[in-house]
Amino acid sequence: MSATPVSRRPAGHWSDRVVARLGRKFVIGVPMVFLLAVFALPFLVVFKISVSETDGVRFVDLLTWTEGVLQLKVRFSNYLYILFEDDLYLQAYLSSIKYAALTTAICLFIGYPFAYFMARSRPEIRPGLLMLVMLPFWTSFLLRVYAWKMLLADNGVFNNIAIALGLLDEPLKMMNTPFSLTLGMVYTYLPFMVLPLYANLVKMDIRLLEAARDLGATPWQAFWRITVPLSRGGIFAGALLVFIPCVGEFVIPELLGGPQTLMIGRVLWDEFFANNDWPMAASVAVVMVLLIIVPLALFNRYQAEQASGGKA
Amino acid sequence: MKNPAGEFTSRVWLIASFLFLYLPIVTLIVLSFNASPLVTTWAGFSFKWYGELVRDSVIIEGFVLSLKIALMTATASVILGTFAAVALTKFPRFTGRTFFSGMVNSPLVMPEVIIGLSLLLMLVSLQRLTEDTFGVGFPERGTLTIWIGHTLLGMAYATVVVTSRLREMNPQLEEAALDLGAKPWQVFFLVTLPLISQSLASAWLLSFTLSLDDVVLSAFLSGPGSTTLPIAIFSRARLGLNPTVNAVATLTVLFVSIGVVAASLWMARVERRRAREMAAAVKN
Repeated sequence: MSATPVSRRPAGHWSDRVVARLGRKFVIGVPMVFLLAVFALPFLVVFKISVSETDGVRFVDLLTWTEGVLQLKVRFSNYLYILFEDDLYLQAYLSSIKYAALTTAICLFIGYPFAYFMARSRPEIRPGLLMLVMLPFWTSFLLRVYAWKMLLADNGVFNNIAIALGLLDEPLKMMNTPFSLTLGMVYTYLPFMVLPLYANLVKMDIRLLEAARDLGATPWQAFWRITVPLSRGGIFAGALLVFIPCVGEFVIPELLGGPQTLMIGRVLWDEFFANNDWPMAASVAVVMVLLIIVPLALFNRYQAEQASGGKA
Repeated sequence: MKNPAGEFTSRVWLIASFLFLYLPIVTLIVLSFNASPLVTTWAGFSFKWYGELVRDSVIIEGFVLSLKIALMTATASVILGTFAAVALTKFPRFTGRTFFSGMVNSPLVMPEVIIGLSLLLMLVSLQRLTEDTFGVGFPERGTLTIWIGHTLLGMAYATVVVTSRLREMNPQLEEAALDLGAKPWQVFFLVTLPLISQSLASAWLLSFTLSLDDVVLSAFLSGPGSTTLPIAIFSRARLGLNPTVNAVATLTVLFVSIGVVAASLWMARVERRRAREMAAAVKN
């Protein structure tokens, strides 16, 4: 940066300053209004509907004016039902968190060495490797999940090959089990773990590791005491990018999961599309938001730090 | 890494991970040429599912609709995302900044069922309100509502891409232009925009593919008669294996790979030319 401070304020005629100020308002205002209208407002609507009485097809207004009396009708029965009456919901929430945590752990286990070896590979092949990680990400997620169905089905590719080779006598049941669900989620979310880790590891100052070696550390010690602590930011970002969407995942449990694998995203979908119970679907969504609010806040803080040039 | 054992582990781990990533894609492609309607039992090479595809009106119409929505989404996402990125990088302080950045970033990770449901309930409430007030319900569920939902998601990704480019840009270039008397909007259009054009192209492609691929938001926001390609594929995939889905998949993979490779070659060329021009300008 230059030593002389540069004035940010456009100098010159007053009309230029007015234009600049209006421009600033416009640049901030347009995306702000869009987001308030299609992201923030819908959450208020969902909350309202989750506590609304339904009168046939319509939701009764929370506030009504009947015969000179202002009435506030709030119905918490959906929440009471979710929490105390039917343990399907609580089980689905717990099981979603369990699968999301398991997926995050496996993604970290496969993804950390993956990103590490990529970052330490020869500089001229790194762009190619990065491209190879990104490419599946660009091809349809839906079709890649569907592809696992072909591989894992009872008459699928794996079973056919194993039986043809005489390794199995009868097909191994893999589809619609916790195994196929976890595999599908790990497969889908692995790039989300690898990319932030790679971005972090590739920027790391190799001289720190050289210094550690000169001071007598074994490569293993240097790895655990220098590389891993320095890559905390990448681990954190990757884990949140995997965990949060996994909690509410719908497509993967629908295509690869089975009756044993209860996921809250599917419960919400069924409340909405199969039972047509909109207030119930809204209540399920509100509880899901409460469940992910802390990781979501951490993620937002991390993103804000990144954007304002904080530590990587 | 100097030691051969480490070198070996590294190779094996990378190769195994890439196999894991690519195995399903290769399987999809290979089995799309299978003559047998039993998708996973090989019965000879055939193009017949591609022939079926051409006659499959649900798939063709779905594709046309998806393409239309994806083009609209990518364009809107890049415009809104650039606005948001400029707001976040150039204006360190404004009212509601934290809330604003939270709203931009949350759709990146927020489960899509939540976004889809809440957006739908809001739009339905709006529709009922306008119906009661003006007698005409707006907006009708369909292309417009899917577009709004996809743009929310695409904008979040576009903002991340453009923000990271704006942050690594040399601020002295803009400052120099301001010092030389350019007005802020001139600086933006003549200096900033050309410098970030590559990231705008990436953001456009990213939101385009996101939109082309989205199932959950589209399912919530679509109305009767607005079946996008992913919705059509999803409803078939739910029922079991389907050979036409493999044919669609192969075409998608082909299309996307060519697109991504061509785009990155083009971007590399633009980058090299700009580096050359920059070097020449500094020398003069």
